Amino acid sequence: MSRKRWVQGFIVIALVALGGYAYQTRQVSHARESITAVGSTALQPLVEAAGEQYTGEHLGTFVNVQGGGTGTGLSQIQEGAVQIGNSDLFAGEQKGIKANQLVDHRVAVVGITPIVNKKVGVTNLSTAQLIKVFTGEVKNWREVGGANLPIVLINRAQGSGTRATFEQFGLQGRRSKTAQEQDSSGMVRSIVATTPGAISYVAFSYVDKTVQDLAINHVEPTEDNVTTNDWKIWSYEHLYTKGQPKGLTAKFIHYVQSAAVQRTLVRQLGYLSPDQMTVDRDVHGQVTKIGGE
Amino acid sequence: MKSTQQLERQLKRHSKAARLENWGRFISFSALLLIVAVVVGIIGFVASKGIATFTTNHVSLWDFLTEKTWNPNIKDAHGNPEVGALPMIVGSFLITILSAIVATPFAIGTAVFMNEISPNRGAKILQPVTELLVGIPSVVYGFIGLSVVVPATRAIFGGSGFGILSGTCVLFVMILPTVTSMSADALKSVPRYYREASLALGATQWQTIYKVVLRAATPGLMTAVVFGMARAFGEALAVQMVIGNAALMPSSLVAPSSTLTSVLTTGIGNTVMGSLQNNALWSLALVLLLMSLVFNLIIRLIGRKGRM
Repeated sequence: MSRKRWVQGFIVIALVALGGYAYQTRQVSHARESITAVGSTALQPLVEAAGEQYTGEHLGTFVNVQGGGTGTGLSQIQEGAVQIGNSDLFAGEQKGIKANQLVDHRVAVVGITPIVNKKVGVTNLSTAQLIKVFTGEVKNWREVGGANLPIVLINRAQGSGTRATFEQFGLQGRRSKTAQEQDSSGMVRSIVATTPGAISYVAFSYVDKTVQDLAINHVEPTEDNVTTNDWKIWSYEHLYTKGQPKGLTAKFIHYVQSAAVQRTLVRQLGYLSPDQMTVDRDVHGQVTKIGGE
Repeated sequence: MKSTQQLERQLKRHSKAARLENWGRFISFSALLLIVAVVVGIIGFVASKGIATFTTNHVSLWDFLTEKTWNPNIKDAHGNPEVGALPMIVGSFLITILSAIVATPFAIGTAVFMNEISPNRGAKILQPVTELLVGIPSVVYGFIGLSVVVPATRAIFGGSGFGILSGTCVLFVMILPTVTSMSADALKSVPRYYREASLALGATQWQTIYKVVLRAATPGLMTAVVFGMARAFGEALAVQMVIGNAALMPSSLVAPSSTLTSVLTTGIGNTVMGSLQNNALWSLALVLLLMSLVFNLIIRLIGRKGRM
């Protein structure tokens, strides 16, 4: 009996201690400032790295970064559940989002390139050929000058920002045929690398030796070509806030957009800085040259 | 007068044991309440979200269950969103049934070996091995499937290697331990005197196993198989990695196709809460939930039949 009492007492003390600890930490995290950014997995590495740097330089702040996808990011910021929504798309392009409530902060530019399996034997396609490949009009690589291999399409999931950008600017607004779908760029790359005849599309930073990137109309997928819009398949990476940002949110976004981060971190991680662009593109895909000679 | 009152109070007061019992009853009852609330909450949430496709977005239930195009982002010629879930429903059932068909003979064979033919070795080696298999996380199965099963399928049957066949192979290994250990339990619960009587009548061991033990254990074995099917039906990650996730009617076993779970896991992060695309995914989740309830009911029914 006394042993039982002892156990009971211990449990009660442990519970009280844990509760007290939770209460304490709650107070601490409130006393310090913390913000949460949720959304696009394509933008996540940049925001995470910038967040770590920022909290390292500004003690007492915390930037919590989560993935979940562009749709999640935009819906969470629309509901006001988080402070920053990461998105590959303009908010106006995503269905179910009231873009006028959200404020756009462009922090990076991402180029997207078609990739194929190395055995395909194709290094260049015209836009018309690319569209035929993705709409299923062409079923064998022989028909576009490659090896005698059936074409295996691999798409990103419906609603993925990469896919939306690729269909809008790579396929000129046409929809890809229903085919395999994968929910991450890393997975897409490894499947393309191992599946003969496979074709898909990823951000520049995901291209490595295991896959072959394609030139389109003999324009190579390089960062220089993106800055001049000669390579058309690219998109802005956005941090969205609900209304004008305040406090730590404003400071953090300002930090990500600052020249220091844009020159170092953004480029190291394989993104382009919006400052490098010589053109500007709006939500409807209209491209204008940035003024100045 | 006073003393009788005191006596009465003493008698009527709850003893310590009784108070402890009430307290215990309260605790276990509130635990039960909590679990019931969680279950009801989940079912209610999924149902309210899943039904919104039909009430808010005015998709007809019949179209949802029978149409073959899954493209929630665009509308068809009549202005209705293309949310035909038939490819996923067919994919889920096909892969579940196929993996159960493949796994059942192996599972029952193993269980018979463990219980009837070589109980000593079975208990020493096979039991721990099957238990170990149960504990392997599904992402590991998926990874092995992606790097071993998919290339093998591609080399043998052609195509891209992604498809129902690869999914079946992975699920077969995943549900095998569950079905095996439940089958073993079913065989164990057959009374010893059944076997003794059979052997005494001059039946061989094989005749005893086939005509007596397996027959007597049938309800338990069925439960094991249905349990394995329920697990296969609900498995998401491993299947998603090897099936290819193409929302197409499966034209062959090696063509990329999809299941309810694989479409859910790939799609849910790219949709916005409250939009049609999101609601359509919740409807898929509702179908999944209803199906697992059906599997549970089947298990119940078999159990009841077995008792008679």
